[in-house]
Amino acid sequence: MSQAIQFDPIRLPPEAEELRIEVRAFLAEELANGGFDPRSTILTSAFDKEFSKRVGAKGWIGMTWPKKYGGQERSFLERYVVTEEFRVANAPTAAHFTADRQSGPVLLKYAPEHIKQEVLPAITRGECTFCIGMSEPNSGSDLFAASTRATPTEGGYLINGTKLWTSNAHQSDFMIGLFRTSPPTKENRRHGLTQFLVRLKQPGITINPVRNMAHKHEFNEVVFEDLFIPEDHILGEVDGAWKQATSELAYERSGPERFLETYYVLTELVRVLGDKPDPRAAEGIGRLVAQVHTLRRMSVSVNGMLQAGKEPVLEGSIVKDVGTIWEQTLPDKARSLSAFVDAEPSNRATFDEVLQYATTIAPKLTIQGGTTEVLRGIIARGLGLR
Amino acid sequence: MSEADALLVDATTRIFQDLCDPQTVNAATDAAWKAPLWQALEESGLTLAWVPEEQGGAGASLADGFAIAGVSGRFAVPLPLGETLLAGWLLGVAGLDSPTGAMTVAPSRPRDRLTLTSEGTLQGRALGIPFAGSVETIVALASQDGANHVVHIAAKDCVIQSAPGLSGDGRDAVTFDGVVPLAIAPLPDGLGENCLSLMGAAVRAAQIGGALQEILTMASEYAQERVAFEKPIAKFQAVQHNLARLAGETAAAVAAASSAADTIHTIQGLGDAAFFEVAAAKIRAGEAAGEGAAIAHQVYGAIGFTEEHILHRFTQRLWAWRDDFGNESEWAVQLGEFVADGGADELWPLLASR
Ligand SMILES: Cc1cc2nc3c(=O)[nH]c(=O)nc-3n(C[C@H](O)[C@H](O)[C@H](O)COP(=O)(O)OP(=O)(O)OC[C@H]3O[C@@H](n4cnc5c(N)ncnc54)[C@H](O)[C@@H]3O)c2cc1C
Repeated sequence: MSQAIQFDPIRLPPEAEELRIEVRAFLAEELANGGFDPRSTILTSAFDKEFSKRVGAKGWIGMTWPKKYGGQERSFLERYVVTEEFRVANAPTAAHFTADRQSGPVLLKYAPEHIKQEVLPAITRGECTFCIGMSEPNSGSDLFAASTRATPTEGGYLINGTKLWTSNAHQSDFMIGLFRTSPPTKENRRHGLTQFLVRLKQPGITINPVRNMAHKHEFNEVVFEDLFIPEDHILGEVDGAWKQATSELAYERSGPERFLETYYVLTELVRVLGDKPDPRAAEGIGRLVAQVHTLRRMSVSVNGMLQAGKEPVLEGSIVKDVGTIWEQTLPDKARSLSAFVDAEPSNRATFDEVLQYATTIAPKLTIQGGTTEVLRGIIARGLGLR
Repeated sequence: MSEADALLVDATTRIFQDLCDPQTVNAATDAAWKAPLWQALEESGLTLAWVPEEQGGAGASLADGFAIAGVSGRFAVPLPLGETLLAGWLLGVAGLDSPTGAMTVAPSRPRDRLTLTSEGTLQGRALGIPFAGSVETIVALASQDGANHVVHIAAKDCVIQSAPGLSGDGRDAVTFDGVVPLAIAPLPDGLGENCLSLMGAAVRAAQIGGALQEILTMASEYAQERVAFEKPIAKFQAVQHNLARLAGETAAAVAAASSAADTIHTIQGLGDAAFFEVAAAKIRAGEAAGEGAAIAHQVYGAIGFTEEHILHRFTQRLWAWRDDFGNESEWAVQLGEFVADGGADELWPLLASR
């Protein structure tokens, strides 16, 4: 590590705060006319294509992208405000969020022009849902063990193999898939994987549900049998996907969604503890609020670095590590702090309902998008330890 | 950080590198290192950074003072630099001139209170005052009929019961009964009784951030040098993950402290925004101090538990600093009550406003 860890106190600029007012007005209107139900976003599903289209109409999907692809050329800090306000309002963003955060930027960087022109504007309109096809039955943390094959054929490739844990595949239009085009080499075991744009709604693809422990169908098994992908759907360098991964990671790791996934528990905790909490409860709230405030300030700081054109891989990984642990332990802390609240159903029905749900989904928070252990390995590398 | 801030940080860092190397200080058999260090800090205007020029100080910005505090943390400062900054600030806002020499402030614990009698003498006792036994001047807040005053006191006029505290720097009990202050001035409008604990907590959070940055660097380097089972311990994943956690705690402390400092600097006034940010910073930095010190010790093994090694200069100050001007629990109760009073639906707007 050459320099001490630094998180400058970046503040959101005035244009971002103006946007916040607009976003809150939009959300208030949606709530008023039944556009979405926060409770069902949490407990049932965060996937709502019609909602995504209304968000697209506001210009809030792909908002940092060039105008010629349907973007608004706004800053990362403006996007930050939209993301956090939607999260905290429990708005159903699942139909567009993956494309907005991850897939769109990959296409912008690596897709051929005609694909950019076709797909990016559709994403910004909220019409097109993406999923991420990286993990496989025998390749999770060790991404470079992926074995789903892409075999060259006339004009393109034939895909055979199985992706697993693919969130929202059953409701997606596209996948960005990571497939093996060559075996790894002795010198570089990361060699040989290539990213492809996959159109999901066609023969050769079977999507099987995998129900999670909250009894929901969110992730899937995706089986490819001789699926043809044309050559111009290659994203980036053949066999060189490993070079493309790292620069995207800081974006993916440092957003407010990396610590706000169970935030509703804190809101409801404050509600059940009331306006005159005893010292134990007050201390508990105080600590949780201090922690989440700090995380938010760290996350804004990383987004400020991104806006300034830096690549804060270490800092972004730290935000995700500390953030996911926080959102994971929040339900249990809330459980403990609420132990002496009157058990009258009217007092705590809503709290108990969301607490149970958050407790159930807590384990995934330190697994999805890279486990805690993998993240700490990346941080250790940033510290010069490996 | 602005360019001016960066220059100031560099200049401060150089003084500490030259005159307050933790290794040298730790190995010293006498206190000969103290005078040249203090003199250098004084001559460069760092000790009275927060005192306006008209009152004999450097007239530096609030941000500059917090940056100085951060650097002092990186060197486990064993002199009352942060305390003198705070004392100068308090005298300055009350329009009183600052003396030269080392100063400290009182009270430093949230529940201690001093009063000023109608005869103009002080009454009360304050515990855990940093460096009280080794400074010439104590600047205190004292109330009289509900109004708050800044008082300039000669330390020799007080009864001081010395105690080394965790860091060995002194966390002394000071009895002020019957002491006649050298100068008294009312606290200006807009500043309340909590102004000293807010500023003090923000300084301590900055120092904690600095000390954690340093032990993270030190421990990361050590792990690459120390060999066990025929390889550097940095190659063991358990050690890597411990250091990654230390990085997370350091990041949290630094981010929270610099955010609080920035708030005080830009808002100029210690209202609700400053209260929220400083409380959060002292809580989170205090938690990080405890976690971070424990991890660093684990990485160092037995050598870090020796008097000879410098690690304790940092970890013992981390433990001392997290207690000064309100510990995590004290601030958390206040912050929790503040949040509860606003209600559940006001919490997000509050967080987002920062
Ligand atoms: C809710 C959810 C949604 C997901 N959505 C998607 C998706 O949309 N697309 C997609 O591609 N994937 C998705 N995933 C998969 C996710 O990326 C993987 O689960 C994750 O990368 C871990 O892989 P694994 O489950 O195979 O665990 P493994 O890799 O088998 O790991 C098991 C344990 O071993 C540890 N471990 C593994 N390697 C090391 C090492 N080198 N050092 C130390 N410890 C190690 C891990 O940290 C973990 O604790 C999703 C997962 C979840 C839970």
